[in-house]
Amino acid sequence: MSESKFKYQGVGREYQKKLLTAWNDRLQSAESDGRKVAYLFVPGNVAEFLRVFDFELVFPEVNALQCGVRKISGDYILKAEDVGYSPDVCGYVKNDIGMMLAGNVGPSGHKIPKPDLLLCTYCGCTTFIKWFEALAHYYDVPLVLLDIPYLRGSVIEETDRQYIVQQLKELIPLCEKMTGNKYNHDKLVEITKHAAEAEDLWVQILHSAKRKPSPFDSYFEAVFFMAPIYILRGLPECTDYYREAMKEIQERIEHGVGPIPEEKFRVVVEGPPPWPHFRSFWELLKRWGVCAVASSYSKVGGFWDHGFRHDPTRPLESIADYCLTCYTNQNLAMRTDLLKTYAEEYDADAILIHSVKSCRSFSVGQADMREQFLRKWDLPTLLVESDLADPRYFQIAQLRNRIDAFFESLEHKRLVHA
Amino acid sequence: MLVAGVDVGSTQTKAIILNENGETVARGMVNTGANVVKAAEKAFQLARQSAKLDEWDVAYIVGTGYGRYKVPFGDTQITEISCHARGAAYLFPNTRTILDIGGQDTKGIRTNEKGEVVDFCMNDKCAAGTGRFLAAAAEVMGISLDDLGDVALRANPEQDGVLRITNVCTVFVETEIMNHLSKGRKAEQILAGVHQSIAARSVSLLRRVGLNPEITFTGGVSRNKGMVAALQEKMGMQINVGPDSQFIGAIGAALFALERAKARHEGEPTAKELQT
Repeated sequence: MSESKFKYQGVGREYQKKLLTAWNDRLQSAESDGRKVAYLFVPGNVAEFLRVFDFELVFPEVNALQCGVRKISGDYILKAEDVGYSPDVCGYVKNDIGMMLAGNVGPSGHKIPKPDLLLCTYCGCTTFIKWFEALAHYYDVPLVLLDIPYLRGSVIEETDRQYIVQQLKELIPLCEKMTGNKYNHDKLVEITKHAAEAEDLWVQILHSAKRKPSPFDSYFEAVFFMAPIYILRGLPECTDYYREAMKEIQERIEHGVGPIPEEKFRVVVEGPPPWPHFRSFWELLKRWGVCAVASSYSKVGGFWDHGFRHDPTRPLESIADYCLTCYTNQNLAMRTDLLKTYAEEYDADAILIHSVKSCRSFSVGQADMREQFLRKWDLPTLLVESDLADPRYFQIAQLRNRIDAFFESLEHKRLVHA
Repeated sequence: MLVAGVDVGSTQTKAIILNENGETVARGMVNTGANVVKAAEKAFQLARQSAKLDEWDVAYIVGTGYGRYKVPFGDTQITEISCHARGAAYLFPNTRTILDIGGQDTKGIRTNEKGEVVDFCMNDKCAAGTGRFLAAAAEVMGISLDDLGDVALRANPEQDGVLRITNVCTVFVETEIMNHLSKGRKAEQILAGVHQSIAARSVSLLRRVGLNPEITFTGGVSRNKGMVAALQEKMGMQINVGPDSQFIGAIGAALFALERAKARHEGEPTAKELQT
């Protein structure tokens, strides 16, 4: 039997799984080993800063999305509604509250440790504050809010940067007291160096989608490939991961293959995926040979592909810049421009917006975005709606109808113009 | 050569048979009901029977509508959005905007001069503003759905004033109507309000794709004269509507079928020919 020409296919997802299992194992033993646990959100998180004090990090959104993928979010959401959370409240929040009420066993079957510190980086989502206020009430632990000013233009104001740096400095005594570990600047330099290395590699993977066919789906595959950059950033294993993942992409480039057998349409995707129906949603698009060449969701936590890196020469300032520039902290006009820029940079045929019913703070404005893409830039745009965690909002017949009609008309135009 | 389009909607299933010149040879319509496959077969059978045709006489069949994948005898499936655009452009060549109000769906479709879909919007997660809203009103008032529009047209706003139906929910509108009835409001006055309420919702949906003339009204609700009048009043312009407006999706599907049948390589046997 001849040897397969592919050696690295599947590495990105397998290695990611291994690393996340190891992370979950570390969380399991945190309490018994006396390590402190900080809960924080993905967008604009200050993981590097907390790693200086050896905090173990828990990301409630990651738990929620994994519950969605494993199709257990629906039960947790109902549990939260039972105690009074409204159907309109964010699906992630209700999933998290429901999971906590059910004993806080995570989606992988691991018990999730209780937080010692809730660190809310306020990067554009107002619900974040309410979410952690609820957790602070239930767990009776300190909640610290890092106030991140909205990004008001493409240039970062020095006053905004210093405002965040100052808040981080004020946080040092609390972290020292809580963990017993002193703030160590050299350690922070080392951590940000690891972060920057991983970021470089991740950006190479994201940029590879500019090729035709794209070797990588920047939405449906990116959600697996991006987990380490958000969960393990700053650790050497995160950099190792992207080195290995890059081999998989490189191999696809060498053989001219991509995530789907035949790339027919290239799209830029806005909005998080419908996790409980992730595979069905992907299949609806795969049928049309759709490859997501860029997405905003893969930048939801941090925005590197236009140049930003964590900087070991100015670690605290670069952490501040990271918080300021993450996608959720950008205003609507910047988000709209960014998606349009992606459509140009990645030579996309269309824009697909997956709007999230239970996320008003992020979904608001997407109808205006759609108008602008269509009217101002003549960019075919499809807006569909379901939810990121609540399976009740996913109506497959309606979604299929919209997706089929959209790509049918694009295909028709292509045939006619050919 | 004959071709067919079968439009399996949520409430009614329509079938159209066209000849090679695109002229309608036969039509059939049944209530969809619970058995979608049976409805598709029955509508197609009715159309064939009316023109005394055998199944094999029809060279190509396109299925459309929500139940399009359940048309077992269909050669291919195309969404009703493309089919409505195609059918509307065929019947009313200057169509640029289509309003389709069906049993559970309201769609706004923007088309170009070739009848191609440029943009579309649909109601999401809610049936207010669809045929179902009218059916709920008809039920609570004990008036048949077919008479609803005519009753609404008898309203005299100058004498009785304008009644606004404020509810946006198909379920709760019944309570609102009962409330108006208990206050002694006239049936025509209430129904005029119901029609105006749907017209307002439809126009707001159309604005999302652009309200460019000419506007063609399709779907089951297009048979309702009261709805046509309410829409024209709200838009301040005439809208295209014809006896075949409810069949436009099926006509569009049949036109796609005609195009594909012609493109099919000469001499190549059809799936049906292979079976026989």
